[in-house]
Amino acid sequence: MIQLVFIAFALLSVVSALVVLLTNNVLYAAFSLLVTFLGMAGLYVIVGADFLGVAQILVYIGGILVLLIFGVMLTNQKGTKSQGRNDILTENTNRVIGLVVAAGMFGLLYFVFSKGHFAEVQASLFTDTPLKATTQTIGLQLMTDFVLPFEVSGVLLMAALLGAAYLSTKQK
Amino acid sequence: MEITSTLFAAKAIYIGLIFAITLGVAAYSTYGERIVAAWMQDRVGPDRAGPFGIFQPLADAVKMFMKEDFIPANSSKWLFIAWPCLSMLTALLTSAVVPFGDKLDLGGGIEMDLQGIDVNIGILWVFGIVSLGVYGILVGGWASNNKYSLLGAIRAASQNISYELAMGLSIIAILMMTGSLSTKVIVETQQNGAGFLSWNIWSQPIGFVIFIVCAFAECNRTPFDLPECETELIGGYHTEYSSMKLGFYLFSEYINMFVSGAVMATLYFGGYDYPFNEVVEAQFGQNIAALVGVGALMGKALFFVFVFMWVRWTLPRFRYDQLMNLGWTGLIPISMFNVVWTGLSILIPTTFNLPAWASIVVSWSGIGVLLIGLIIYHGATSKKKTVALAH
Repeated sequence: MIQLVFIAFALLSVVSALVVLLTNNVLYAAFSLLVTFLGMAGLYVIVGADFLGVAQILVYIGGILVLLIFGVMLTNQKGTKSQGRNDILTENTNRVIGLVVAAGMFGLLYFVFSKGHFAEVQASLFTDTPLKATTQTIGLQLMTDFVLPFEVSGVLLMAALLGAAYLSTKQK
Repeated sequence: MEITSTLFAAKAIYIGLIFAITLGVAAYSTYGERIVAAWMQDRVGPDRAGPFGIFQPLADAVKMFMKEDFIPANSSKWLFIAWPCLSMLTALLTSAVVPFGDKLDLGGGIEMDLQGIDVNIGILWVFGIVSLGVYGILVGGWASNNKYSLLGAIRAASQNISYELAMGLSIIAILMMTGSLSTKVIVETQQNGAGFLSWNIWSQPIGFVIFIVCAFAECNRTPFDLPECETELIGGYHTEYSSMKLGFYLFSEYINMFVSGAVMATLYFGGYDYPFNEVVEAQFGQNIAALVGVGALMGKALFFVFVFMWVRWTLPRFRYDQLMNLGWTGLIPISMFNVVWTGLSILIPTTFNLPAWASIVVSWSGIGVLLIGLIIYHGATSKKKTVALAH
């Protein structure tokens, strides 16, 4: 049963990622990306990372992708305006090169992960813990063992926010 | 908990019931809205279909189905058809984590929670689905291939993104008090014997005001219904929609109202908790007490639906820059203040060994501090208006 669910979500992610790669309609690519993110969130939930799954939906789908689609919608459409349609088509469709790059990325990542022996490394480092809610563990870890990276990333985000606010103010 | 076939069947029936109730409430909200509007404006309102016009939603549905289902020639056909349906889907998904009642004893030692799923990330699930709901309007408006629809869609998207931030910050204060993201646990911590005095509203007055304002903005209701502002944008994002596809958009708005009412009741008004529920449970047993609890939650949620309508016929619409100003420079700083002040209200009673009511005093004094701070800030920054005197 769980294998079937896994296969369904994996297929969803892979097929929609292929659509992102192959379509020349920018908006369809953006919507396929939405489906890819949803499939990834489903995969996270299957491996027991419920918080990560919801964070994926909240941050990527609810935040980043909305802004991306926002940008796409306001893009100037030159090519198809004369027919009255509002599709945004790209002029370049390097499908073969795109597929080659994607296959290369996949090969690289597969090589790294298969050489990594994560299961063996983890087995010697950590004791087995029963599967439970991850939110509390993540919160405790962030505030104790990983407090320095957490605070540093907070400072980094603050700097990015201030920079964005500075860039968008009118020059005086 | 082991899943038995009885439990599975009961859960399936429960989910079907919640689905039906949500749709029914949404249908009768349209009737309710007309009645409230008529009452506010001293009119008669719908009174033709059946006694007191109670069959009006059926008549509306028949009208919606009979109208011509028009698809503009140059629209993106697939997106145009798909997104009203997805808008409806996301509206219905949220009610999965709302606890509608306490445990129900099914006999044979099987107990069922009156909640779709009790997950540890319940309230985050609500947020995730709410953020998905933006797409329904955003894409529907774009697919219509109409400038007014596109403007409405863009307004809806930026409004929802802006108000989600303040909403999230106001929920963080609740999470600090309960220490859990599960909606069930949030309700149970509000149930600790002191009756309705232990509801979160007493310790979170500022948070509740922020949350309800954001809920108005997220549901695109007046005074924040700028995505469908008739005077500027004809019909906004649903200008090109007709027949039942328009019906889906309108319907999902009413479902969102009901569900956000239920979420507000869960977070701030004790969910299915009601005064003297221990007495009822001792007298009539667990099942009756749980069902009365369901009634209590429904009553609270429907009251909030009424508040949504009340405000609609009381306040005029905001201007778009006013809306953005209120969101970014008003609600977000206030909700940050609320998070800090909630921390104080938790720390002060524990460090000075004060009784529990001290935290409520501290949190209400937060309103005073906020008002004084706002008055000082306003006095320091606003320019003195020169009064033109007649000579």
